[in-house]
Amino acid sequence: MSAMTMTQKILAKHANLDSVSAGQLVLVDVDMVLGNDITSPVAINEFRKLELDKVFDKDKVALVMDHFTPNKDIKAAEQCRQCREFAMEMNITNYFEGGNVGVEHALLPEKGLVTAGDLVIGADSHTCTYGALGAFATGVGSTDMACGMATGKAWFKVPSAIKFELTGKPSKYLMGKDIILHIIGMIGVDGALYRSMEFTGDGLKYLSMSERLSMANMAIEAGAKNGIFEVDEITLEFLKEVGAKEPVVFKADEDAEYDEVYTIDLSKLEPVVAFPHLPENTKTFDQFDDIKIDQVVIGSCTNGRLEDLKVAAEVLKGRKVASHVRAIIIPATPKIYLEALEKGYLKIFMNAGCVVSAPTCGPCLGGHMGILAKGERAVATTNRNFVGRMGHVESEVYLASPYVAAASAVTGKISHPREVME
Amino acid sequence: MNAYGKVIKYGDNVDTDVIIPARYLNTTDKKELASHCMEDIDPDFKNKVEPGDIIVAGKNFGCGSSREHAPIVIKESGISLVIAKSFARIFYRNAINIGLAIIECPECVDEMDEGDKVRVDFDKGEIVNETKNKTYKASPFPPFIQTIIQNGGLINSIKNNAFGG
Repeated sequence: MSAMTMTQKILAKHANLDSVSAGQLVLVDVDMVLGNDITSPVAINEFRKLELDKVFDKDKVALVMDHFTPNKDIKAAEQCRQCREFAMEMNITNYFEGGNVGVEHALLPEKGLVTAGDLVIGADSHTCTYGALGAFATGVGSTDMACGMATGKAWFKVPSAIKFELTGKPSKYLMGKDIILHIIGMIGVDGALYRSMEFTGDGLKYLSMSERLSMANMAIEAGAKNGIFEVDEITLEFLKEVGAKEPVVFKADEDAEYDEVYTIDLSKLEPVVAFPHLPENTKTFDQFDDIKIDQVVIGSCTNGRLEDLKVAAEVLKGRKVASHVRAIIIPATPKIYLEALEKGYLKIFMNAGCVVSAPTCGPCLGGHMGILAKGERAVATTNRNFVGRMGHVESEVYLASPYVAAASAVTGKISHPREVME
Repeated sequence: MNAYGKVIKYGDNVDTDVIIPARYLNTTDKKELASHCMEDIDPDFKNKVEPGDIIVAGKNFGCGSSREHAPIVIKESGISLVIAKSFARIFYRNAINIGLAIIECPECVDEMDEGDKVRVDFDKGEIVNETKNKTYKASPFPPFIQTIIQNGGLINSIKNNAFGG
């Protein structure tokens, strides 16, 4: 039996095989099939072609109406209605809309719907987020989602992997977002194409679940099939806290083969910003001059969790958003919203002059709740800065951590948190 | 199976947000979606595209979002084939699943220009640039994927029980 990576072990288990190797095609059982209000309608149309009267398992399908909700227009409302009616017809347990909905990749872990060792497919590219929990999770299209809903199965080519050995303690102001942007800057937007990114090393103990989720979230921005973290006490504690089902822990074999191994000393890293129009265009603060901004967005499946809002509140407490800047804060789920309310963060944001929105993907993909005009610039804690991503084709998105985004809201230009805090 | 048409050429990392901007994803109507194909990178696309045309692009074509709308609008626009140096993995799956022909051929991309007339024979795995009078070999799909294509996409493969079990 050949040595396997974490990812390969999960795929082997779900293919009912003793072992698999890179390049092998496998048919696997899935533990969860996910879709949102943009991808599910296409999947439902495909599913209908199979003329089935039920999904493979009503508890293993999640439909999350998060992208254009609260419905931005009539067409968006029609798409949600189609999903709602389908969910009712199929008795789907995990249908989320209205006051129950949060940004899908913040919502599913919080609800305990994914555990270590699971295999998750989602018709959303950032499904890779759940790798933070020690699951194999990957984005697929609507047809794969339809087939997953019908059969509970998916096909995969077993990927090879790149190992990232994280060591050392991150310095003040350095967040998981900075680490993953640094890695994407280093290997490029196709640096991990078709492959797994496996995160391990003694530096993991300094990374909270929130940081890990934001890092695994962006594995796709390096082209990866999945990103996965070695399971440790922090993972197990999180899974227990959210009431996830019993975790199954897969550890890479000592002699597992990796295409490449990178050792990254977290104590040496500095906050970074990804410049338009690719996440790989990363720069540290000594590499650019003043860049005036028009908008700040703090939220999304990358950085809309409570810890992210806590950091933003720390920066914005007793300060004001620059007069020419619109700062939009989007707690990713209703639970996070409520906790941020109870902890006083929302009051801090509003006193600072921020807009506080209901949970939605909204501006991240140029949907609604903060679209940019021609020539405008935004610093966003989101995950993509492609041409036209947040609005006009001639607008610009700079990706950064919640620390950097909040500091930039105060100064009105892209700023290191130090500039505001010290 | 063959493809024949003129080349429409793009660079590296053509992402799904420029293939079909998210602001138009509030519908599943293929014609309506296709009217915005490539809008943010090439506003002239819808005027110049003719049935059979071939998109030729650099590396990591289709990176970004998992939206299946991306291969759908390309196919709906009349494009018969996308040739790229490499494809982003979700786009690659989606294209196969909906029956949009795609070929990885790193060596021919740089030698093809916008407007070149190109003929592709999928069975032989042969790409002929008639304008430049050059022929290339492309690697065929693995058998598993051929099964999906022969059955007319993934949904039909399931309907036909093509994978067995």
